[in-house]
Amino acid sequence: MENTVEQIRDEALAELEGVSEVAGIKDLSVKYLGRKGLVSLFLRNISSLPKEERPEAGNNANKVKNLLEKRFEETRVRLESGAADSGSGIDVSLPGRPSSSGVLHPISQINNQITDIFARLGFDIAEGPEVETDYYNFEALNFPKNHPARDMQDTFFISDDIVLRTHTSPLQIRIMEKEHPPIRVIMPGRVYRCDSDLTHTPMFHQVEGLVVDKDVSFSDLKGILTTLVHQIFDEEISLRFRPSFFPFTEPSAEVDILCVICRGKGCRVCSQTGWLEVLGSGMVHPAVFENVDYDTSRISGFAFGMGVERIAMLKYGIDDLRKFFENDFRFLGQF
Amino acid sequence: MKFSLSWLTEYIPVEISAAELSDRLTMAGLEVDSISDRYEYLDTVITGRIVESKPHPDAESLKLCVVDIGGEKLEIVCGAPNAEIGMVTACAIPGTVFPDGRVLEKAVVRNRASNGMLCSEYELGIGSASSGILSLNSDIAPGEKVAKVLELSDTVFEVDLTPNRPDCLGIIGIAREVAAIQSGPLRYPEKTDAGSGSAVFDYTSVSIQDPDLCPRYCARVVLDVTMGSSPFWLQDRLLSVGLRPINNLVDITNFVMMETGQPLHAFDFDKLADNRIVVRAAEKGESFTTLDGKERKLSSGMLMICDAEKPVALAGVMGGFNSEISEETRSVLIESACFNPASVRKTSKSLGLYTDASYRFERGVDPDGTVAALNRAAVLMQEITGGRLVEGVIDEHPGPAEIKTIPLSVKNTNRLLGTDLDQKSMADHLKSIEFSVEERGDDLLAVTVPSFRVDVSRHEDLVEEVARLSGYNSIPTTFPLIPSDTRLPSRRLVIRNEIKNLLLGYGFSEAINYSFINRSACEQLRLGMDDPRRNMLEILNPLSEEQSVMRTSLIPGLIGTMHRNVSMQIKTLRLFEIGKIFFNTGKDKLPREVENLACIWTGKRNEFSWHDKGVDCDFYDIKGVAEGLFKALRVEKVKFTSLPAESCCYLKPGHSAGIYAGEEIIGVVGEIHPEAAANFDLKQPVSILDLDLDLLIPLIPEEKTSKPLPKFPSVSRDITMIVDRDIEAQSIIEHLESVNENILEKVQLFDVYEGKPVPEGKKSLSLRLIYRSPEKTLEDEFVNSIHNRISGTVLTAFNAKLP
Repeated sequence: MENTVEQIRDEALAELEGVSEVAGIKDLSVKYLGRKGLVSLFLRNISSLPKEERPEAGNNANKVKNLLEKRFEETRVRLESGAADSGSGIDVSLPGRPSSSGVLHPISQINNQITDIFARLGFDIAEGPEVETDYYNFEALNFPKNHPARDMQDTFFISDDIVLRTHTSPLQIRIMEKEHPPIRVIMPGRVYRCDSDLTHTPMFHQVEGLVVDKDVSFSDLKGILTTLVHQIFDEEISLRFRPSFFPFTEPSAEVDILCVICRGKGCRVCSQTGWLEVLGSGMVHPAVFENVDYDTSRISGFAFGMGVERIAMLKYGIDDLRKFFENDFRFLGQF
Repeated sequence: MKFSLSWLTEYIPVEISAAELSDRLTMAGLEVDSISDRYEYLDTVITGRIVESKPHPDAESLKLCVVDIGGEKLEIVCGAPNAEIGMVTACAIPGTVFPDGRVLEKAVVRNRASNGMLCSEYELGIGSASSGILSLNSDIAPGEKVAKVLELSDTVFEVDLTPNRPDCLGIIGIAREVAAIQSGPLRYPEKTDAGSGSAVFDYTSVSIQDPDLCPRYCARVVLDVTMGSSPFWLQDRLLSVGLRPINNLVDITNFVMMETGQPLHAFDFDKLADNRIVVRAAEKGESFTTLDGKERKLSSGMLMICDAEKPVALAGVMGGFNSEISEETRSVLIESACFNPASVRKTSKSLGLYTDASYRFERGVDPDGTVAALNRAAVLMQEITGGRLVEGVIDEHPGPAEIKTIPLSVKNTNRLLGTDLDQKSMADHLKSIEFSVEERGDDLLAVTVPSFRVDVSRHEDLVEEVARLSGYNSIPTTFPLIPSDTRLPSRRLVIRNEIKNLLLGYGFSEAINYSFINRSACEQLRLGMDDPRRNMLEILNPLSEEQSVMRTSLIPGLIGTMHRNVSMQIKTLRLFEIGKIFFNTGKDKLPREVENLACIWTGKRNEFSWHDKGVDCDFYDIKGVAEGLFKALRVEKVKFTSLPAESCCYLKPGHSAGIYAGEEIIGVVGEIHPEAAANFDLKQPVSILDLDLDLLIPLIPEEKTSKPLPKFPSVSRDITMIVDRDIEAQSIIEHLESVNENILEKVQLFDVYEGKPVPEGKKSLSLRLIYRSPEKTLEDEFVNSIHNRISGTVLTAFNAKLP
């Protein structure tokens, strides 16, 4: 043997003293610990030693190997840390690699918000067909044929008897036909009206609500809608109920909320009235209950409906209804 | 419905401000849409002093005046005999809109410029004097607003009446509501001569052949009338609600309609054949010229007012040309009738003819108000036109309306409203709008509904009256208890939201497009002639060709959205939409509605940045989205299989795949066909995923179950093979997976290469096979032997070679 393992060790440590860059450690690792390194060679040559010397030599060699590995690693960490602490880095002002994420349509966002509120209030969520028969869309909801109430909703016709639903209310009938009270359900969905201008699009979204049970009263309707409005906007927004007319409710009420823009002072959005009309509602008309064979002497109910776009416009300060369906990404990306 | 404060105060002294009146009416269910100043149109009419006046050189009767309007002097040509220097009068500035609709413009009158107009009371709609210009107190300074100087003020209310309240289509009806709000007192117009005699029967007769459509028809005759213009008070009333005076006879019928809500019609009596009225349904093929001069084709069932020979009016809609009031009219028959609302509506709708009369009739007029309105008009005609009123009223009344008496339970009312109102206050509220109420015991009120409230027919209608009169805002707000047996949201809803969230995470934004599209989308999408998506549901009354059929695919809408964005220079875009598509299932049947998901990716793979040199998106990008979705939803066993060219439609053959669950195709994925791209005017790469959610949802496992984690390490071996270019990698992977070798856990493809040194027509595939045993750590030799065997079978099966 030319060198003892201790000599190899001392040489290595001496050399390590002189190393000032991480690359030097790598070289040393190769020189001493690599497959053809000096320690490895020494280990390999042990077999040529007399048998009785072999265990000790092997033991020593392994100790040296472990020691060197440890020292090299310590030095590497020290050097790297030193370099990191003092050296120059990358340009961190450069943008990172983009992780893209999409945006949910504002209508869906509001829809989710409304359905979440009602889910917490214990309402089911139901959906139904967007193309309806005259019966479900009108007749069963107490809109007789040739009644001016039908003018309240400009209708798209597929045939005399088939229409694009003008409201989500037909689902009230479909649900009551299938289920027995107690019912508490909301019905979000697309609806269609034959109208298009600044404040009307031929398609829009509604959320309908229906509660039927024993002793359901108008004051409960006020309570549920107050909760809804407070959760969508905030607790400061007061509600105003005023008499109106919908064929399928009696008494009927339009619900105004304090203008969320001016807080009642009067502005362009509320036409200086301080109030905004956002919901239609009322106690379910007995004729509607009769159409689904409910016993009006035992139960009562209320229904309400709102336009999702209207809520979204108020909540996000959107001034043009048509923007929702143009899907301009510069618009969608804002929500 | 418009009414003016001045007219309203004829029937009730209004004690509250216009703003408060508007608010109180709104809160009583008569929504006031707008309040306006009736004399707003006089804003550009100001006081002017005539400072110079000389004769017009080219016209004897005209004067050239110089008018000081306060700071400015205008040259105005004036024909009024009373115009003289020093006079203060009303000067209209160009742009003024007069009550008769004329717009004043700068003019040249006989070669002389006229920069304004000096006006008479009559021209301004504020008085009857028309022979000269308005002469104001000469102390008045020029430049003041005339309306202010004359203290002209009136407020016009526009009420957005709901269809259930025809009783408020007359100003008396509004006054009745105001009386309830203010607690009285309402002053009806004086009851006029009921005309108790019977002379009228010597002059005319009325015969109703269709009593269902005409339950009541009343008529009176006025002889020796003189047609002319109405006195100022009458014109003023009409002008105050935006109606233009026409002539005294017509004005009277309009006045009474506005006052009472009862439409009236005046026939030229001498033009009625045999001087009598027959009410009957039209016969098929009849035609009729209405007084607007248009010929109308009648369909059978339309109710007509006829004389002995021919139709003279479309009942409840419009009078006829042949019996119209004219300069020659000497005698008049006044009609005051009650028609079936649905019938009037049907007629007016099918002819597209909407009038003030039809508007009222289709909502329902007071069946017991016909005679009073008729007498009111008849007496006015006698007074105003100098006519001779024939004694007696014809009142054919084959279908008297029943008097409705409805029991109202105090307890039920309070239960339904959540209120605690007592019997007396309920009774008082109802009495305040002229319902008669009798108390029956502690709980019941017997309520008799006045005839003008055609909308009130049952208990709940009375509950609404009580509620609205006591004020909705006085009803308490209660919070019902929420039952705890609530249900979970439906699976579809949960999955739909999960899919949306996944796609948002993949960088896709949601679009919502109209459900209607243009039929030409079929061609744009290159749909085959027997493609079910051609089976579209057509809208009978679309707003435009662009929106005339219900979509059978989400793709056209989504491409449209993409196109709009690209033209706004947003060229890299990932969009999705979830929505219904609609398949026609036959006439008068509801369509089949199917929920679909579509994703569209255009432009670059990555967002524009310094990290990326901008690689176009392609098939594998969108396929990755689909695979990601399926994996996240734990949908297994879906296969992507190359689509034959004939079923690619809008996708590019060779760059598109069908997504199969077993034998069933649940969607497609691929790059857009160049021709389809051209059809939609697209000039950049587009990749599309189109998926049937109704078919996907059942494939999603409902339950999640945990499996034990492996205890022993895996061992991997790679194989690279050269195969024919046409062999689908998937088939090799499937072959490997089907090898009956239970330690083969997974096969991963990690490299695909074509080109040198791989021979032409061949490709090299590199696969990593991962082996693992559930029982022990695998030994190298064992794995090697199995790997060699598996590799051997694959090479043989696909005629593959090692590199």
